[in-house]
Amino acid sequence: MTNILIFIVGFLGIVTLVQILRVSELMSAVHKQDVNEVNEKDNIFNSKMMLIVGALFLISFFWQYFEWKHLLLPEASSEHGVIIDELMTFTMLLIIFVFLITQPLLFWYSYKYRKGKGNETAYYFAHNNKLEIIWTVVPAIVLTGVILYGLSTWNKITNADVKGATVIELYAKQFNWTARYSGADNKLGSAHYKLVSPINPSGTNALGVDTRDNDVNAAWKDDIITTPVDNVVHLVKGQPVLLKFRSQDVIHSAFLPHFRVQMNCVPGMTTQFAFTPTKTTAEMKATEGEDFDYVLLCNKICGASHYNMQMKFIVETQEEYDTWMSSQKTLSEKVSTQTVITELVTQK
Amino acid sequence: MSDHHKETFITKYIFSIDHKMIAKQFLITGMLMGIVGMLMSILFRLQLSSPGEPFAILEWFGVDWNPTLDANGNVIGTPIMEGVLDPNLYLSLVTMHGTILVFWVLTAGLSGTFANFLIPLQIGARDMASGFINMLSYWFFFAATVVLLISLFVHTGPASAGWTIYPPLSAIKETIPGSGLGQDLWLIAMALFVVSSLLGGLNYIVTILNLRTKGMSMSRLPLTIWAIFITAILGVLSFPVLLSCALLLIFDRSFGTSFYLSDIIIGGEALHHTGGSPILFEHLFWFLGHPEVYIILLPALGIVSEVMSVNSRKPIFGYKAMVLALIAIAFLSFIVWGHHMFITGMDPFLGSVFTFTTLLIAIPSAVKVFNYLATLWKASIRFTPAMLFTIGFVSTFLTGGLTGLILGDSALDINVHDTYFVVGHFHIVMGLSAIYGMFAGVYHWFPKMYGRMMNKKLGYLHFWVTFICAYGVFFPMHFLGLAGLPRRYYTNSAFPMFDELTDINQLITTFAIVGGLIQFIFVFNFFYSIFKGTKATKNPWESNTLEWTTPIERMHGNWPGEIPTVYRWPYDYSKPGAEKDFIPQTEPLKEGEEEH
Ligand code: HEM
Ligand SMILES: [Cu+2]
Ligand SMILES: [Cu+2]
Repeated sequence: MTNILIFIVGFLGIVTLVQILRVSELMSAVHKQDVNEVNEKDNIFNSKMMLIVGALFLISFFWQYFEWKHLLLPEASSEHGVIIDELMTFTMLLIIFVFLITQPLLFWYSYKYRKGKGNETAYYFAHNNKLEIIWTVVPAIVLTGVILYGLSTWNKITNADVKGATVIELYAKQFNWTARYSGADNKLGSAHYKLVSPINPSGTNALGVDTRDNDVNAAWKDDIITTPVDNVVHLVKGQPVLLKFRSQDVIHSAFLPHFRVQMNCVPGMTTQFAFTPTKTTAEMKATEGEDFDYVLLCNKICGASHYNMQMKFIVETQEEYDTWMSSQKTLSEKVSTQTVITELVTQK
Repeated sequence: MSDHHKETFITKYIFSIDHKMIAKQFLITGMLMGIVGMLMSILFRLQLSSPGEPFAILEWFGVDWNPTLDANGNVIGTPIMEGVLDPNLYLSLVTMHGTILVFWVLTAGLSGTFANFLIPLQIGARDMASGFINMLSYWFFFAATVVLLISLFVHTGPASAGWTIYPPLSAIKETIPGSGLGQDLWLIAMALFVVSSLLGGLNYIVTILNLRTKGMSMSRLPLTIWAIFITAILGVLSFPVLLSCALLLIFDRSFGTSFYLSDIIIGGEALHHTGGSPILFEHLFWFLGHPEVYIILLPALGIVSEVMSVNSRKPIFGYKAMVLALIAIAFLSFIVWGHHMFITGMDPFLGSVFTFTTLLIAIPSAVKVFNYLATLWKASIRFTPAMLFTIGFVSTFLTGGLTGLILGDSALDINVHDTYFVVGHFHIVMGLSAIYGMFAGVYHWFPKMYGRMMNKKLGYLHFWVTFICAYGVFFPMHFLGLAGLPRRYYTNSAFPMFDELTDINQLITTFAIVGGLIQFIFVFNFFYSIFKGTKATKNPWESNTLEWTTPIERMHGNWPGEIPTVYRWPYDYSKPGAEKDFIPQTEPLKEGEEEH
């Protein structure tokens, strides 16, 4: 029923439009003028609209900024994030400056130089080498500055000293994250995708850690893997971390907006990102509101639940961290050698 | 020589080898695909503004498209969707929307239309170098369109890995339903599309180089032709890479090779693929993908330069600089693809190189904008609908170009990559700019295409509503992105930190619906005017270029007698000492007159 109604309304709309056009064309035929020739009235109307709409556009820019400023991400909670934010502020101010000069010029010229009384002919001005050199060289100089500033920031971030950083692995799969802490030795045990337990994909060997080496000091032994029940990553304020990323199936991307961290997780390779958190969750809750939490999002299209592939991060003090850590079981405590062997047998 | 062979209905309207008819075929196909792509965006915008709620309008569309999946992602039936959009369908819609607008509307629809239409008319040729290849180019495109449309109706849904179809998501059918038959059809459609685009592109290049009329030196070419020429070169160099990229993906999907795949477990089972890399795909894809955005943009830049000059009654400022800027942009566009991959873990030094090359593009782009402003300065502007869209173009090109400075800077990209900031950026700089260029072209050359005028008042209405709504849709997206909202999210309601963004999303959707509906005014105006528009005169805009010297009635061969000779550049508007404010290219220089 509604469909039919909509159809009828649409149809009548088109018929009306056709009739209006026919009438206006007949009228102008009577007045011996061409309906579609642009006349003085059109030029006045449209040039005024340029001024009005242009002004509204610029006003709305400020309106949006002040109205939505509080929604933007809070100041960075990491050391490198602060220098990213500085670069961002610099670049933003620069582009807003250029925006606020050029857009008004465009709308102003469109208004001012309409064809009509007093402005029947244009000024023949085909080129001017001096002007053209100026507006090639000035952007070039400004951009040199932007590039140098940007690259120095980039180098600082990517060359961060990772010695002494706590190594944590983030393992992505459709549609959740698992974390593995490297434990007391700060070394992750090696892993291979064929070792991921096919029997129990969310169990102890969800990440394919190679537990065959029985040496007491083997790197895997003190690794700690988060469980789906307690799926939170704990970090210590002021302590650098080196996140290592792997993926089991498709490309995911680990995005920690509050820390200004993002890195793709690509099957078949390991990627990494180092940073130092500077604010505890408790401190953030104090300024951002009680329901604040650091979150990890997936930021590369990865399937149906891409929009909901999340994990909580908690930044805390060393003491809080130690308390939590002491309650965790290491991998060697969880895995009895027996199950390892059976798993390997089923693999072959 | 006039070669009037007898035209039957079939050779005139269907298997036509007349460049003007082929141009119209591209235009109308592109327009229809544009409507499809736009309706898709409105459907998924509805979902974003009120996530998970049923919509009557979705019930119309959702007949067989909504597979329910078991834990392994296999389809287990298609219940009636009751008007709620399913997440897989959401991703399908986003993917098809992007694919259709980028390739079907703004590559084939824009280049195909104006390259075919304008090249022979503006350089003074009777037709393209090979009319037959030109016809093939359209029919390959048509076949691609049919395949793509069929993919909308397959049981598991159309491709849904994003228009960038990164593997493994696009390679392994268990990862998402759209990665099944839908993805195969997408790849076949794209292969056909590439063939069409190569056939077209080669023809454009050959024609421009060889068939210019007497006196039409390269330095007298209208900027439209320069832009189309450079676009065609870009396409011929980059589309083959996309084709090979897609072929390798087809091998991985169907023949068990491992170009892009390695160490993957699906549904608890380890796949045999080792040694490949999805990153290789990204390099190949973006080697086309970045030039592609300029393949979209350059023709629009050309159209806008021409329309602006005609309606400002003033030469385009800095013709030579405009050509050089086009060449510089085209050259640079080949060495910046890595800016799409800053956070793939690429070598930081490589990241620096790509930041450097990317930010360099801002220089020729800035030159273009300043030259446009200088053209408007002291002009005598006549506000045709085409001119309005031209001014709109300068505004969006500027806005979107500026945010590019943020995305091109690797350090800043870390936090805005793949967020709505990107969606805002590329829609404004590429989507809106190119669409405005296309509208400007249609309004401007409609009288030449159909011998009639489009209704100007509807044109004004169309422009103003579009201009306001388009900024209303895409400007706020920057704020969403700076709030951290990732793109390709089915809903923002899974994260409490995004709860407050729903208001912005509702605002955006409202603008999108109004802006979308107003496009039907354009479509109406277009078809109405083909049959009922007021009759056009021979040179309605008092323009200098050659196409306006042809008769109003369409004819095969373009000029009834000899092809005119060209004596001057196309931008002699308001030249001091001339009788009228325009001097067509066919008019010899007067004694003592300087060329420009
Ligand atoms: C009616 C106007 C339009 C609206 C409301 C609209 C809206 C959107 C939205 C909301 C997205 C999804 C963003 C995401 O989740 O990642 C999107 C994606 C996209 N749109 Fe549009 N858009 C419009 C017109 C255009 C135009 C003119 C183009 C031409 C270039 C375009 C090209 C794209 C592309 C390439 C994507 C990315 C698809 C992907 O993620 O794979 N859109 N659009
Ligand atoms: Cu994911
Ligand atoms: Cu690019």
